[in-house]
Amino acid sequence: MTALPLRVGVASWRVRLRGVALTLTGLVLLALLMALNMRIGDIAMTLSEVVTGTFDAGSAAHFVIMELRLPRALTGALVGAALALSGALIQSIARNPLASPEILGVTTGASVTVVAGLVAGGGVYGGVSGLLATLGVPALALLGGLLGAAVVYGLAWRRGLDGYRLVLVGIGVAAVFTNVKFWLLTVGDVNDTSRAMVWISGSLNGRGWEHVAPTALALAVLVPLTLLGTRSLDALRFGDDTVTALGVRVNPARALLILAAVLLAAVATASAGPIAFVALASPQIALRIVGSGRPPLLCSAIVGAVLTTGADLIARTAFSPIELPVGIVTAVLGAPYLIHLIWRSRK
Amino acid sequence: MSATAVAPRLLGVRRRRLGVLLALLASVAVAVVLSVTIGSKSVPLADAWHALTAPTGSENDLVIRSLRLPRTALGVLAGLALGVAGALMQGHTRNPLADPGLLGVTQGAAFAMVASIILLGASTLLTYIWYGLAGALVASVAVFALGMVGGRGGPTPVTLALAGTAVSALLYALTSALVLLDEQAMDVFRFWQAGSIASRGADVVWQVLPFVVAGLVLALVNAPGLNALSLGEDVARSLGQNIPLTRTIGIAAVTLLSGAAVAACGSLAFVGLIVPHLARPLSGTDHRWLLPYSGLIGAALLLTADVIGRVVAPPGELEVGVVLALLGAPFFVFLVRRRKPVRL
Repeated sequence: MTALPLRVGVASWRVRLRGVALTLTGLVLLALLMALNMRIGDIAMTLSEVVTGTFDAGSAAHFVIMELRLPRALTGALVGAALALSGALIQSIARNPLASPEILGVTTGASVTVVAGLVAGGGVYGGVSGLLATLGVPALALLGGLLGAAVVYGLAWRRGLDGYRLVLVGIGVAAVFTNVKFWLLTVGDVNDTSRAMVWISGSLNGRGWEHVAPTALALAVLVPLTLLGTRSLDALRFGDDTVTALGVRVNPARALLILAAVLLAAVATASAGPIAFVALASPQIALRIVGSGRPPLLCSAIVGAVLTTGADLIARTAFSPIELPVGIVTAVLGAPYLIHLIWRSRK
Repeated sequence: MSATAVAPRLLGVRRRRLGVLLALLASVAVAVVLSVTIGSKSVPLADAWHALTAPTGSENDLVIRSLRLPRTALGVLAGLALGVAGALMQGHTRNPLADPGLLGVTQGAAFAMVASIILLGASTLLTYIWYGLAGALVASVAVFALGMVGGRGGPTPVTLALAGTAVSALLYALTSALVLLDEQAMDVFRFWQAGSIASRGADVVWQVLPFVVAGLVLALVNAPGLNALSLGEDVARSLGQNIPLTRTIGIAAVTLLSGAAVAACGSLAFVGLIVPHLARPLSGTDHRWLLPYSGLIGAALLLTADVIGRVVAPPGELEVGVVLALLGAPFFVFLVRRRKPVRL
């Protein structure tokens, strides 16, 4: 395969031309899907109105685009990218295609705190709704996500971090969180359960700039950091002994990459809820498109953004005027594609 | 080492394994006794025995015969089924993350039940369970077929796991969409989802029994083949194993066992995830011992958790799924931390 070396200071990468071409194609596709998404709303627009509205400050649609539609579209793309990147990191570290931020306790932890907040906040205990209103669901989700990850990390740490033990501890903790969530869903009023189900599925409805900013910031800091860590990531595939022999300090490298994965998933979940399947499927889809040894980071992120944006488009148009939570569609869309890729790989 | 030295050692290993097996059987028996006697109404052991052997129609007799006995029987069946299914699943996929739900049984059952409520107007538990069972079987056959064509010469662990995850995610999404549109179905679904063996009745036990028995027989038949497979496919082939056949029998067993358990009791598939990790330190990697150990530990764990759920929050009860998660999972984490995990 054609590859070019790229050096910046001490760091160097092999840039594969096929990867670059696929990345550019993905970005174009993403822009197109975002534009298609921004047509939808109380006032339907044409594609050209969307484009002029975005770039021409004097146009009639500029305000609606900038205040409502662009932030929602950006939230979708950024959240999808963050989740997918997080998934790619975790799958590389755990060396397991089934690993996802769920294993690190992030999404499940966030689900528990948010469902508890929604169930306690509505109906029976009316007083708590004040607390929920001030804290806000995103803060609650961020808190739960980080707490969940801290629990998993703390329990898995024992004179170093073994990838295998991390995964086992992760499934144990995820089992606790998931079943507590199930139980909380049976406790509350059925209306609160419905609202909680929408959040659990992951939704982009009514997302604004306040959701864009944290995710964009997290990506801006963490993407360069993880790209610097790719050498360690490549080495971590070979097992701890080999890695040490290759001169990579295993524990600091792994801890940093896990921290990056946790932050990405936690911020994304706080913005849009635990959108299903993006973190798990995007790296596997990217892996099969690019054909590399481990999930490629940038390509995974782009696949995640495309998947989430495309899913949101369908979620808003399929049963219009009813809008489905985007997380339902990511699975409906991503699963058959993953199935197709598995099918195609037979030979 | 000479043959004379090996023989006594092997004998010792076998004696130890039989001892563990007896201890596990005893713990299941204790759990059964607890489950029959303890609850919101405690029944003395003598009365319970009386109700079983010579019922007179007293209140205690009714409680024991119509509530406690079916509940206990279902707990034993589901625990056995999920434990064995979990061990089979992890053995075949060689993945510690694999649970019986990986084949899509949980989401298949959930989707079929919710769809039957909304589209076909199913309204009694007994009918939901038939639909759930059918859904579980169809979903896992689909996953297996997909894993079969995706892998080279039979289903490979990774394609099977990915196919299962993909199909489960798809079905879960469809189920979520349905319950979001129909509040009545949501109300049934959320209680099924929490996982419970309460108020199921004897007819449900008879409904799932044939599936569990068939699954257990297939699992035991599968054990030696699975041992060979865990040496790697090449070694297994050179030992004369028919690999696609061994895989098919194993997956069929998992489908029957976990499909029956999940349809009747809800999302308890993670019992199958945790139990094999508890059994493996006792049994080693020999599936002829790992499978029965896992089954017995599953049954004892499920019943004990159910008993705890009955007494912990009077006057109500806590669903067994929640208790299992709150007690079983931390114990599992403790074990994982304490010893070096036995790798697959």
